[in-house]
Amino acid sequence: MTLSAQSLDAAPRPLRARLAARRVPLSILALSLLPWILPSEALAVNVLVYGLVAVGYNLLFGYTGLLSFGHAAFFGTGAYVTGIAIGRFDAPLFAALAFGVAAGGALAFVIGLLSIRTRGIYFSMVTLALSQLVYYIALQASSWTGGENGLRGFTVSELNLFGWTVDFLDPVEKYYVIMAFTAAALWFVSRILNSPFGSVIEAIRENETRARACGYDVERTKLISFTLSGLICALAGTLFALHLAIVPLDILHYHTSGMIVMMTLLGGAGSFFGPFVGAFAFLLMEDVVSLWTPHWQIVVGSVFILFVLFLPKGIWGTLMAWRAGR
Amino acid sequence: MDAELVAMQLFSGVALGAILIMVALGLSIIFGMLGVVNFAHGALFMVGAYAGLWVASLTGSFWWGLLVAPVAIGLFGMAIERVLIRPLYRRSVDDPLLLTFGLGYVLVEAVRILFGSDGIPFPTPPELAGVADLGIGFFPIYRLFVVGVVAAVLILVWLCLEKTRFGLIVRAGARDPLIMRVLGVDIARVWLLVFGLGVGLTALGGVLAAPMRNVNPEMGSLVLAEAFVVTVIGGMGSLVGAVVAGLLVGVAISMTALFAPEMATIVMFALMALVLLVRPQGLFGKPGRA
Repeated sequence: MTLSAQSLDAAPRPLRARLAARRVPLSILALSLLPWILPSEALAVNVLVYGLVAVGYNLLFGYTGLLSFGHAAFFGTGAYVTGIAIGRFDAPLFAALAFGVAAGGALAFVIGLLSIRTRGIYFSMVTLALSQLVYYIALQASSWTGGENGLRGFTVSELNLFGWTVDFLDPVEKYYVIMAFTAAALWFVSRILNSPFGSVIEAIRENETRARACGYDVERTKLISFTLSGLICALAGTLFALHLAIVPLDILHYHTSGMIVMMTLLGGAGSFFGPFVGAFAFLLMEDVVSLWTPHWQIVVGSVFILFVLFLPKGIWGTLMAWRAGR
Repeated sequence: MDAELVAMQLFSGVALGAILIMVALGLSIIFGMLGVVNFAHGALFMVGAYAGLWVASLTGSFWWGLLVAPVAIGLFGMAIERVLIRPLYRRSVDDPLLLTFGLGYVLVEAVRILFGSDGIPFPTPPELAGVADLGIGFFPIYRLFVVGVVAAVLILVWLCLEKTRFGLIVRAGARDPLIMRVLGVDIARVWLLVFGLGVGLTALGGVLAAPMRNVNPEMGSLVLAEAFVVTVIGGMGSLVGAVVAGLLVGVAISMTALFAPEMATIVMFALMALVLLVRPQGLFGKPGRA
């Protein structure tokens, strides 16, 4: 036994396992290089924020196996609540962020409670419909949200980080502050996935009936996963609000949910690096294609269709499968 | 509030509901048979409206648009099934859903390229303009016409599903496609036709809706959410459910528009949440399915 264990250790571990063991530091390293690789800092911040939404979404879609089409609601709520807290109540920055995350998480809990009552294909439809409800509420409550014009007037120009003042108008400094939050969230998600809870959600994805037969409370686990996923998306939303200093109404529309789904799938659902790879690929594609046509969506949509047909594991998943197969 | 206004608004709700029934019915038939939720359904509704507009402007007659567009878009739907959706049947149920979402994205953008991003007015055909006095109030003739067409189509679809050999195969195939194959039925061809039929119905809904609102590339995205709400309330795969829920949602929207306009877009979602709490499988759905 000891001998075989030793020889197992001695054998070179596959790339996938070596990457997985250091996934958080590796992600942070890659992210810290982004502003220097991409054509603009604004694009880098977008990759960061959308990558984080996709990471949160991936927890539910990739790992728990639930295809939600309503995650724009949590992303948007995080952004709106943070913006309102700063613009209307003059809340300190960290309190505003906490409010945004808490509100998005609470909404995720409520929507999760309703939509988890349905199974399979219904789930996608119900999450889409409930998130549209949030969209219309934000549209109607224009005295709070600015309605169709979006929420404005809460520009954060500097941030006092324990005595060190960060100039938020400098794109590079802003990038690294937002990256610090993202890194913390990535560490949190990695911990969730490594925990016994992480194994249970994957068990539910693989075989729900069997997980139930093993004695796991499937409904409760799904609800917790849904809420955690919503919390991460809400955090991304708060960062998005800080970054743009406006919250467009469209952030709540189900097209945003669709974009999150596309990014996650393009990169590779159910893998740790996939969502960031997907956000990077999607936004870079948008950036490049929109240089020569305003109709970039037709290109991105077609690429997405081809991925669903031929590369359902996404860029990262396919790369890993190809390495493993060699 | 006088009774005549309420009656007129009630009738607007029925006309709105009639359109929703067309969309939800197509969605429901496709799902019941193929197990595919067509996320491009709203976009195909919009494409149907544009096709109707285009044919009508070519021929100078609304009637040709009404006749040709649903058939053409139905055929287009069959091509989609054959080329894009058929390879996915052996995979997870999520894959066709994702694919059709991407397809909807592409269709909306394609229409923007061909027809521009701005809304285009679609005039009410002159034969159907004006109002009719029904004794209890004046009703727009065009809306009466829409309700009539939808009722006729519903009867046709019902007859086709319940009284023909094709309908028998469709109903049996929805229950157990494997047995149908064992019995020697070419189920792939049936699925192709059913997908075309479902898409044709939503395209017809699009053409019918066009004179009641402007035609624009985004018109499908609201309809998709509305059709989902109708389907969840009525119960997936149920013809009666689609009809009852469609009318319910249509009337609920138009009545709140009258009494509490700011709630009009919200009320149907509240209805859906209520149904989910009390009866997650929908009013006419079978418990196992939801």
